[in-house]
Amino acid sequence: MGFLKRLASVLTTLFGISVFVFVVLRVIPGDTITSSLGIETGVLTPEQIDTLRAYYGIDKPLVGQYLSWMASFLSGDLGFSYSTGAPVWDLTKSALLVTMQLALFGTILGVLIGISIGMFSARKPGSARDFLGQFFGLLALAIPGFVLSTTIVTVMANKFQYFPNGYEYMTPFEDLSMNLQQMLFPSLVLGIAVAAPIMRTTRSALLETVDKDFVRTAYGKGVKPRIVRLRHVLRNSLIPIVTMTGIQFGYLLGGAVIVEKIFALPGMGRQILDAINKREYATVQSSIMVFAILFVTINLITDWVYRKVDPRIK
Amino acid sequence: MTNLLEIKNLSVVISEDKRVLVNDVSFEIKPGEAVGVVGESGSGKTLSALSILGLLARGLKIESGEIRFKGADLLKSSAEDLRSIRGKEIAMIYQDPMTALNPVMKIGEQLQEVLDSHQHQITDQKTHILNGLAAVGIADPNRAFDSYPHEFSGGMRQRVMIAMSLLLSPELLIADEPTTALDVTIQRQILALVAKERKRRNMSMLWITHDLGVVANLVDRVIVMYAGRVVETGTVDEIFKAPKHPYTAGLLASLPAAGRDRERLESIPGVPPKPWQVLNTCAFAPRCKEARDICSSHRPELTSNESSSVACFFPLGVKQ
Repeated sequence: MGFLKRLASVLTTLFGISVFVFVVLRVIPGDTITSSLGIETGVLTPEQIDTLRAYYGIDKPLVGQYLSWMASFLSGDLGFSYSTGAPVWDLTKSALLVTMQLALFGTILGVLIGISIGMFSARKPGSARDFLGQFFGLLALAIPGFVLSTTIVTVMANKFQYFPNGYEYMTPFEDLSMNLQQMLFPSLVLGIAVAAPIMRTTRSALLETVDKDFVRTAYGKGVKPRIVRLRHVLRNSLIPIVTMTGIQFGYLLGGAVIVEKIFALPGMGRQILDAINKREYATVQSSIMVFAILFVTINLITDWVYRKVDPRIK
Repeated sequence: MTNLLEIKNLSVVISEDKRVLVNDVSFEIKPGEAVGVVGESGSGKTLSALSILGLLARGLKIESGEIRFKGADLLKSSAEDLRSIRGKEIAMIYQDPMTALNPVMKIGEQLQEVLDSHQHQITDQKTHILNGLAAVGIADPNRAFDSYPHEFSGGMRQRVMIAMSLLLSPELLIADEPTTALDVTIQRQILALVAKERKRRNMSMLWITHDLGVVANLVDRVIVMYAGRVVETGTVDEIFKAPKHPYTAGLLASLPAAGRDRERLESIPGVPPKPWQVLNTCAFAPRCKEARDICSSHRPELTSNESSSVACFFPLGVKQ
């Protein structure tokens, strides 16, 4: 019953997003014709424009357009990109790999850095080490991703002549070593951005848990302090950390746009941005739907992890 | 016989402003002896007990004193030495069984942890744990082993805590109001269980409670605390039959007794002061019927008389 309820809410969310994206795209001025022909559109005769509109399928009423897009999307056909001449699914496949890899690496780095510094800080609240940890947290929170990215690119490229992202992008299957090098700095930039909120969540969750009775019980039965910190304190602080990680992972999927642009990675962010500029309705709509599906999937995974972390959650 | 535990002049303060919470407390426990510490909330009884194992909450610290366990001062022991005593030689059970167990660890794991943390001769550890659970009256130890605390009631959780504390047969069991959070019927069962296990193992015990009635059948000797100080000590007989401190007498008068039901219970008027407010006077003077001028200007020291002692200028039943 709980599962059906969740499924219903997930489907409602996805439906809402699809309508929203569809409407917003048509509200912004210009369409596929104006964006591909530019001011030349002005010299077209009304008959020519009608023909083109019919060709692109944007002559039908909006409801009809929406329904035919949804129908083909649900049957697995994501549409066609006119500017590249490729099916949207083919573009999305490769772009999704880039973005997923980036978001995954960024999240893993962020969780590792965030939890470590959070634990480092919480050991002695108010001490120098706590100050140091919190200072990192604030700094990481305050530095925008594009500043950090451009700084890294500038320093590495100019001082060390090292800029793997200057070469053509390689998938991990083509050239794993090059792929990892190309992913290193963008993942780090994202990881640092993610580490800040995770660090702060970890710190406050640990400080709340450390005063709990069962922690005293653990010390009272002679458990070694390091084990108390990991097995009792950290494990009981995981719920807010998991929540924050889920949120951040979702944020990375969308927030990677700038980093993808700076590091020349052909990811989803770039694909959507380019498609919006070219008013490629099918590409934008379908890409965003893929994103949305990923997003709700992550939420479901987060819920599942809750249950693993805390047996009291049914 | 030498004492198993000896607390001398223990003072606990709030680290930040040095306000005194436990003031110059001394008492001892002999091997095999059960001692009850009785007092209201804020009398310092729980803090005294937590001090023994070095488990005071953040923000509190031991200002001075000695805590000697088998001769060695625990306050001067290394953290590792103290850790190896906790749970093995001195074990503790706590007031609230609902929060004292880790909610995300199986009960079996939490008991196993005691064995993992100490050196011992137990070979078949799982059987030892299951036997321990069975001994405290848990019907299906195998199921309990794989259960989480939230699947158990408060009374069952306290039984688990007791099983956990007894795993390595400690010489001293400290019980911090372990029945306060439980129903009256469950309270009785737990009291009987602890009394039985103590007899069987000839274990020393420090039982902390606000309820004089609870300790009567459980302990050999009673220590009465008030506002951070010990005000009276004595055997159960002495305390119950001839209390010397007016506070002890007031506590006894407030107990419901058989044959006296339907009568309005007596109470001591007023509330206890904070320990740091009454460092140099008799803390009980403002609520005491016997109080005279000297009680509010000088502090009565604890003076011993054979097996008992009292901190009062005008002890009851003594001719002035």
